[in-house]
Amino acid sequence: MRKKEKNLFIALLGFALIFSKIPTVNAMHIMEGYLQPGYCVAWGVLCIPFLALGIIKINKVVGEHRKTLLILAMVGAYTFVLSSLKFPSVTGSSSHPTGTGLGAMIFGPNVMAVIGIIVLLFQAILLAHGGLTTLGANTFSMAIAGPIVSFGIYKLGTKLKWNRKVTVFLAASLGNLFTYCVTSVQLGIAHPSVTEGIGGAIGEFLGIFALTQIPLAIIEGLLTVAVFIGLEVYAKPELSEIGFLKEAK
Amino acid sequence: MSKNTKIIVALILVCVVMTVIPFVISSGSKFGGADDAAGAIVEELSPGYEPWAAPILETILGGELPGETESLLFCLQAAIGSGILFYCFGFLVARKKYLKEG
Repeated sequence: MRKKEKNLFIALLGFALIFSKIPTVNAMHIMEGYLQPGYCVAWGVLCIPFLALGIIKINKVVGEHRKTLLILAMVGAYTFVLSSLKFPSVTGSSSHPTGTGLGAMIFGPNVMAVIGIIVLLFQAILLAHGGLTTLGANTFSMAIAGPIVSFGIYKLGTKLKWNRKVTVFLAASLGNLFTYCVTSVQLGIAHPSVTEGIGGAIGEFLGIFALTQIPLAIIEGLLTVAVFIGLEVYAKPELSEIGFLKEAK
Repeated sequence: MSKNTKIIVALILVCVVMTVIPFVISSGSKFGGADDAAGAIVEELSPGYEPWAAPILETILGGELPGETESLLFCLQAAIGSGILFYCFGFLVARKKYLKEG
């Protein structure tokens, strides 16, 4: 397993190096005003059912498993920290991890929709990063699509009895990467290329957003494994209470 | 050091190394300072597209947020997050320690 992980790392790094000469771009959330009003509304509406489910789930956690509120606070704080850290990437631009994978694995993806939108609101209002008009689109990519991928990979890995740390690593990093793939698609649909249409535009955005994100996805994966080890050692009672550790063993 | 501590230290070291690598490889780059760089691709794909909204804080301030203030706010975000995260970890670690002893 360890060797596989190493090979994956080398393959991804090599891939990133090949494209290291891509022009500098600020590859993060979609900026304020960069999606047409129609798309802003559409992505926003698409988020509503997930947010509703998330709020129901959080209420349930608060009501039935009061003790696990501590863990909920921790995964929220983790998202807060990680999405404020802008790392340089081999493509010559900077981007930040999402931090939503950890909570998605523990509480399910819907809870992260709520936590994610809080973080995005903070950044849109105070940091001029992302935006209020693009909040729906950014919430969908970072707080819904990414967490669903993380959750799915985690469930798959647990079922197939993969090494636990490798599973967590893959779930967190691929969820991160997928977030920015969705961002590329969102931008591609909104700004189709004149010559190559939506597909060409998506390709162009993917070449920048996704490539920049590869090393960051790896960093997020590694950090999430570190926090995960800590939680498994010190928060056993809480994690078993929400049925998280039981299914793993 | 326990096995877990060793793994965590190793993971963090790899993260540090990965953060340094870009500076060695793309040493001439600016690492994404310019905010309108992403907009440049949009401009290229849909020429003449004007962002129809500006960040709310810039509207209030009537200009761009000063770089120093922006880094203050980013620090604040990281500080709030890590404050909560490690307060909770501290609680959990102490609980495990004293429950074992008591």
